Amino acid sequence: MSNAAQHGAVFEGVRKFGVTGIFFARLLVACVRALARPRLIVAQIFNAGARSLIIVMLSGLFTGMVLGLLGREVLQRFGAETMLGVVAALALLKELGPVLTALLFAGRAGTALTSEIGLMRATDQLTAMEVMAVDPLSYVAAPRFLGGLIAMPLLVAIFDIIGLYGAQLIGVGLLGVDHGTFWSQMQSAVVMRDVTEGIVKSLVFGAVISLIAVNEGYHAEPTAEGVGLATTRTVVASSVLTLLLDYVLTAAFM
Amino acid sequence: MRATRSLEIGTGLFVILGLAAILFLTTQLPSSGLKLSFSKPPGYDVTAEFDNIGDLKVGAPVRMAGVRIGDVTAIGFDNQSYRAEVHLHIYPQFSEIPVDSYASIDTEGLLGGQYISISPGGLTTYLKNGSQILQTQSAIVLENLINKFFANYASSSGGGSSGKGANPPNQSQKPQEPHP
Repeated sequence: MSNAAQHGAVFEGVRKFGVTGIFFARLLVACVRALARPRLIVAQIFNAGARSLIIVMLSGLFTGMVLGLLGREVLQRFGAETMLGVVAALALLKELGPVLTALLFAGRAGTALTSEIGLMRATDQLTAMEVMAVDPLSYVAAPRFLGGLIAMPLLVAIFDIIGLYGAQLIGVGLLGVDHGTFWSQMQSAVVMRDVTEGIVKSLVFGAVISLIAVNEGYHAEPTAEGVGLATTRTVVASSVLTLLLDYVLTAAFM
Repeated sequence: MRATRSLEIGTGLFVILGLAAILFLTTQLPSSGLKLSFSKPPGYDVTAEFDNIGDLKVGAPVRMAGVRIGDVTAIGFDNQSYRAEVHLHIYPQFSEIPVDSYASIDTEGLLGGQYISISPGGLTTYLKNGSQILQTQSAIVLENLINKFFANYASSSGGGSSGKGANPPNQSQKPQEPHP
């Protein structure tokens, strides 16, 4: 690759950051206007949230069950099986809940958003709206962004609860940790800050993933291939950013 | 119209479920949150007073010969005797525990949680709802044991004549304790 091409790639990357930034600012303004049409937002909460419910619940259950098995195996070496509830709760609340839900959300809802808006772009529906003096940002993009933002914390909370019961199912039901001890140790070790951390993370992840998905779709090249590439970029960018931001947020909450 | 209706119902269900989950996380999990009290399972309640409950938590098991017979429902403080008052809920099938039984706080494993162990007495009158277990033994606090061990070790190895019988300075709060 020639030097000029490399410079071009860097230049293009910087430009994309700028495009996303400007888009985000315009989107926030459009969000205020979109609040006047709550029905559109409700429809998007259904698309992003309610339709992701099954995979989130299934993943939560199995994550919790694995935590039960793994926690028991490790804690047994120290004779501290009674701490299983604490380990499962902290792991789910602080890290696994928000991060795994965000990855699932990016794959399940983020791709749908990108391809939907990208296809609207490719079939000139967005242009048609502009011609009819309907702002596609506040009519198409903003409700989807808000829907994702609202749905994420709810999904994470459901993931956490199902995960806890999954851990209890294995820890108490199969491996014989005491039921009362499991919950009471958990309740005395978890503090409000841990719960807040999970909720803040889920809000941030929800905002970032929805923004990336809407932005990629909105700026997708209006071809079949362009929409496909945009969808791929959504998954890659939001997954990497989720893990990166997770580190930053965990460090910030220390 | 039907499509909109089912969409609204689906969204509503999802939001209610999610909010309920957040409510559960914020109120039921952290130690600071307010706990909902569920209706009591059958059985009877007794109390026991301890000098020191160590790390005992509400929900900890009550065991007799290692078998779980109940759980700790509340831990309070008695203002008259300055001791910890522990409320125990005993399951209904264990209704014949002698009144002169002996309650102690033991630890599961080396680092595990603490539980209440009951050793049966000899009388034929049994504990019933509201009665109190009079003979109790406090939790064994590991740090005190280690302190005592090192104090003994230091006094027995450092100069034979000064050690025997004399209490080392860090044990002066409890001078009556006999050496093992």
